[in-house]
Amino acid sequence: MKKMICLALICLMAVGAALTLGGCQSFEGGEINVYNWGEFISDGSDGSMNVIAEFEEKYNIKVNYTTYETNEQLYTMLKESNSSYDVIFPSDYMVEKLIAENLVQEINFDNLSNYKNVDEAYKNKSFDPDNKYSVPYSWGVVALCYNKTMVNGEEIKGFSDLWNENLKGKILMIDNSRDAMAIAMTLTGGDPTNATKADIDKAYEKLVEQKPLLKKYVMDLVFNEMEGSQAAIAPYYAGDIYTMMGNNEDLDYCLPEEGSNYFIDSICIPASAKNKEGAEKFINFLLEAEVAKANAEYIGYSTPNSAAFELLDDEVKNNPLIYPPKEYLDKCYLFANLPQDVYDYMQTKFTDVKAQ
Amino acid sequence: MKKYRIPSKLYMLLIFLFLYAPIAVFIVLSFNENNSATNIEGFTFKWYAEVFRDRILMDSLKNSLIIASLAALISTILGTVASIGMYNFKGAPRKLFQTLSNIPIINPEIVTGFSLMLFFTFLGNFAGFEMGFLTVLLAHIGFCTPYVILSVTPKLRQMDDHLYDAARDLGCNEIKAFFKVVLFELLPGIISGFLISFTYSLDDFVISYFTCGPKFQTMPIVIYNSMRRPRYPKISALSTMLFVVIITILIIVNIRDIKASKKNKN
Repeated sequence: MKKMICLALICLMAVGAALTLGGCQSFEGGEINVYNWGEFISDGSDGSMNVIAEFEEKYNIKVNYTTYETNEQLYTMLKESNSSYDVIFPSDYMVEKLIAENLVQEINFDNLSNYKNVDEAYKNKSFDPDNKYSVPYSWGVVALCYNKTMVNGEEIKGFSDLWNENLKGKILMIDNSRDAMAIAMTLTGGDPTNATKADIDKAYEKLVEQKPLLKKYVMDLVFNEMEGSQAAIAPYYAGDIYTMMGNNEDLDYCLPEEGSNYFIDSICIPASAKNKEGAEKFINFLLEAEVAKANAEYIGYSTPNSAAFELLDDEVKNNPLIYPPKEYLDKCYLFANLPQDVYDYMQTKFTDVKAQ
Repeated sequence: MKKYRIPSKLYMLLIFLFLYAPIAVFIVLSFNENNSATNIEGFTFKWYAEVFRDRILMDSLKNSLIIASLAALISTILGTVASIGMYNFKGAPRKLFQTLSNIPIINPEIVTGFSLMLFFTFLGNFAGFEMGFLTVLLAHIGFCTPYVILSVTPKLRQMDDHLYDAARDLGCNEIKAFFKVVLFELLPGIISGFLISFTYSLDDFVISYFTCGPKFQTMPIVIYNSMRRPRYPKISALSTMLFVVIITILIIVNIRDIKASKKNKN
């Protein structure tokens, strides 16, 4: 009895403590609502820059920072709820979809004095041809990570090695319909950018053929599997492969000879934004060389910001995994926004593969 | 019975291993030098420092504690009042209300969460408000109250109805009789209802996810969203701290309890 009263009181005390934790500070410049991927901004850990705090101090604008985990979650919140966000970070194909559905608005580039820092190579991409709605934030490619001691002396050249009988039971496949189908399409002659139902059918056959060779389909678990030498080979995002290689000396990478998906995460302002001026200040701040460098180092992906690139360590700058040579990028493809029925068909087919 | 002693101990050991091994793993990982979940490299306290430096994580922890306490407090009051009200109904209406109050428990969280999001959005468009602290709090009160009702109702059934009559006979008015007699009889149920609400609210993910809006996020959501990149040690450090706090409280409370019961025996 007493035990329970005690516990109840302790719970209440915890609130008291919590309330005193956060001091109140007044902001004259209003507030902005930033909606970003989890772990996608430098937060002050390990001696890095705390980007949000620095911004608040410099411009006196309060940042309400919340996170999401997939592009589709972001889409649902923008489409279905009346939440108003001021700054969001959709990936390439999602930018295209948001533009098509009028969920984002044009950015006034006159307010972005640091936009000149962005390398021309990442502007005017197919998802936003006149570059009116988006600012590139981070990019990368899909590559292969493999364990030198576990590939039985095979020379890893490309995605075809994910179908290698010799590695049976030690292959991991990416657990994301779009990425997995795209890998299969590079081998079956489909078009991963604007996939058709016929392309998907062929990719489906290819994935079914691969199924008996797989250890499993993974996303985040790839870190455990590869770092713990539990699997021999896995396709994943280049920046994350770099992280894995730092934790296990036996790991190496391969840029697939077939070419791979090349993704750009962008910054946009939703149509429902309430503080566009503040949002543009925030975007401009993210484009500052020092800030972009801090973010690139924290995230581990590649930066489209050439001023920030110059500030990076030579070891990173010259790493072909993070900054692949132009010849390789020419072989890569962006994802376009698929028509809803094709997208749904892809989801269904991928679920079918996994259920086999 | 004696010959079963070793197998039964072994069985206990296995059960406890199963329950506590995951906790042991995250405690070990929280001291790991690198950010891998498989390679143990060295001993460090740096992840603990990082938890406190991570403003996003700390803010969300604060939000979670505030929501959990307020939701538990309010739903305890609501739930207690509701169960007393329902107890005083007879026959069919009582059955009806009890079934109705159980529906939020049976309803899948994802359905509750999504429908609440649509509801709040619909309402917000009329009244001009956005989802945030208040909508999360309302949602949590909504799913906590049935648990309070579930834990208070049995205590009402156990209570001798004549206690209340006796209190009235001995000169208490209705309100005094309730606070001096009835409430005390129900207290164990009320407190366990409060604690259940507190814990459910603290670790609710699905419903909070749909109702939290652009300015407010609770801890489970932040943790889930950061799993995309490997930041295990920071999360492990936070979990370890929460675990240690709870275990310490339980140990202190139990020691006091044992002492108290020894005193009573003497």
